[in-house]
Amino acid sequence: MINHIDVSVVLRGTVCDLYSNLVTRPTGAAVRAEIEQQLAEIGGRTLTVIDFTHVGLLDFSCADEIVAKLLLKYTDDGEAREREWYFLFRGLNESHHDAIEAVLERHGLAIVAQVDEGEPQLVGKVNERERVAWEALCRLGAADAVDLAEAAGLPESDAERLLDDMRRRRLAMRVEDLYVPVGLSR
Amino acid sequence: MTTVITVPASLDDASFEQVLEQLAPLPPEARILVDARHARWASPYGLTALLTLAQTREVRPAFAPPEAEETASYWARTGFFKHAESLYDLQKAVRTRSAGESSVLLEITPISKAGDVHEVVGRIQQRAQAILHGELGIDAKATIGFSMTLSEACQNIIEHAGRGGWVAVQSYTWKKRLGRRVVVIAVCDAGVGFRQSLESKEGRSRGDRWDDGMALEEAVIRGVSRFRDPGRGQGLAGIRRYVGKWSGKLSVRSGTARIAIVPPWDDDVPLAERLPAFPGAQMQITIPERVPAR
Repeated sequence: MINHIDVSVVLRGTVCDLYSNLVTRPTGAAVRAEIEQQLAEIGGRTLTVIDFTHVGLLDFSCADEIVAKLLLKYTDDGEAREREWYFLFRGLNESHHDAIEAVLERHGLAIVAQVDEGEPQLVGKVNERERVAWEALCRLGAADAVDLAEAAGLPESDAERLLDDMRRRRLAMRVEDLYVPVGLSR
Repeated sequence: MTTVITVPASLDDASFEQVLEQLAPLPPEARILVDARHARWASPYGLTALLTLAQTREVRPAFAPPEAEETASYWARTGFFKHAESLYDLQKAVRTRSAGESSVLLEITPISKAGDVHEVVGRIQQRAQAILHGELGIDAKATIGFSMTLSEACQNIIEHAGRGGWVAVQSYTWKKRLGRRVVVIAVCDAGVGFRQSLESKEGRSRGDRWDDGMALEEAVIRGVSRFRDPGRGQGLAGIRRYVGKWSGKLSVRSGTARIAIVPPWDDDVPLAERLPAFPGAQMQITIPERVPAR
């Protein structure tokens, strides 16, 4: 199931209907809490598009509260890992991107972001090997370890580990025996 | 007995130390008159620090406003007297109305809650674009970073000071040191300061050396916060990145020390210690006009 959340609507609905900027930790925490509440009403595996298109300013505190804390909770290392929730971030301008990238780097996290209608891309803490594997997976659309190993020129055991890491970090979904990158799973 | 504290003719972050040196021997309950009669100019740091000074006194201080009409008028337009009249006994009637001054990007504004930061950021954005891009020749994209910097600087008060503080933003030509236009953010509070804030950090190990200078190094340079949450402390790191990108200067004073990220155009010291004690934290961010490469 694909779910769409317009962050500016959440901001105005939960904090103040006059605000268009995502600044301060309390604001970020309130927005995240509302996003979590909306997601909690949907069961099972979901892909949620978190849309920043109509957000003016996003500061580091808010980026940390909304993006990093959401991921910290719902990736495989988080307290709510049993929820199979995936996120695709859309509508990020350059300054949103910079703030989000800084907080992701700090926590060792990564997200999938889509600029305009372009290809999804990874933002955050990703090493070269992971990036190569991700790009190969995107080219394939869906793959298992054998396919990825061949496409990315990797040993099969490495490909298997990289795919599992992507799933744990919520960068790729596992659909039966295949892995599908978030953002192409439509 | 009332002690007269003389405000220098030109009041900025450096000359404010002269004010603090005069205050240093006095207990908080001592009666003081802050004499600004001969002041001719003040930076946003100077003005917000004067308001902060009043907050540190146990007995309401007196204040003699600048005698020069032009100076008093400018201070009024920054919003200084509007706030000063609630903190000082003003020795002379002054106009307290503000606004209408083109170099005042943001008049002196109290910050005590998250809503104040939203208000400040909302007000600054349009004017910041005109000043940063139009007058200082800085890339239009830098405006957003400037607003983020302002937001994070103000949040330091809310998150760490334990009481309200002040913010002001102005642009002016800094003839003395730079000969160029600058835009300056000043954020001052009389709260607990960096050392005490970090002392409350759970599990903090205390080394042999622990003082205001070290607390500033930890917070400003290493991004340490009193919270266990590893996501904290990113605001100052973001400010540092922004200042570095635009060849600006960041200085933070707290307690008896002041730390600075010093650009090539300035000759300030990176860390000044054993300064006169002053509560809270006082931050100044200076972004200079871009000079086209020859």
